[in-house]
Amino acid sequence: MSAALKISLTRRYRFAASHRLYSAAFSAEENKRLYGKCGNPYGHGHNYFVEVTVTGTVDPETGMIANLGELDPFVQSAVIEPFDQRYLNEEVAEFRQSVPTTENVCREIYRRLESFPAARLEKVRIEETSNNSFEFSGEPGRVRPETR
Amino acid sequence: MIRVTRKLEFSAAHFYHNPNFSAEENRRIFGKCNNPHGHGHNYVLEVTVAGEPDPATGMVLDLKELKDILQREVADRMDHRHLNYEVPELAGKIPTCENIAAAIWQLLEPKITKGHLDRVRVHESEDLFADCTGEPNGAGGRR
Repeated sequence: MSAALKISLTRRYRFAASHRLYSAAFSAEENKRLYGKCGNPYGHGHNYFVEVTVTGTVDPETGMIANLGELDPFVQSAVIEPFDQRYLNEEVAEFRQSVPTTENVCREIYRRLESFPAARLEKVRIEETSNNSFEFSGEPGRVRPETR
Repeated sequence: MIRVTRKLEFSAAHFYHNPNFSAEENRRIFGKCNNPHGHGHNYVLEVTVAGEPDPATGMVLDLKELKDILQREVADRMDHRHLNYEVPELAGKIPTCENIAAAIWQLLEPKITKGHLDRVRVHESEDLFADCTGEPNGAGGRR
């Protein structure tokens, strides 16, 4: 009965990190105009909240889409350990090439979690502050037929 | 279309145990949630109803009516209960927030007659919740 219902599970994680919004592709003037105080060369930080949503069949034996005993350590080692208490621009390799806006952080975290084997990643949502949040559900062209 | 969400908090006990598994497997799969004495949560239920507001009342549905439905269908069944033993809708199921969300969907779906049930969200804690959004290609092409 409940097999026919669409169910998702969302787990909330947190990490604290510093970053600076700056692109070498722009002049100093343009950087200032685009990124304002977020471009402060010394960087600044946030307490990020990351919501990871997975979908799939609820296993009738366990009642679960994904066992937190598997999801938590996966997210911990793929995201929390490499991001927590770090300077994203320098210490996370991907952000040497791209600006660590929360849009890009969202996409990077999605990329790192997409291979979670036990359930299908549906969405990554990040709260950068209590006023700003960002969501990524994969690239629109990449239809995974079993999703709908 | 407008979505209206009403919240309800209820407190209940549960534990996870599958009689088809050995004691060892139960401990490995369910960890400390397997404690046979049970433990509890303050569950937060968010029920979302979607529809067009009635032009005369300006409402998708009367929230008082929704509040009464949630009291009758959910709080009266689950509040201050042991989910493993006292809730027939969860009988034979592991009372995870996935299964609780599905059970609440099935209780509420037929009772919502103005607008339609859009989402049932069950928070077990502030760091964990499950959403049920009905059948993927649900009745009436709603989704």
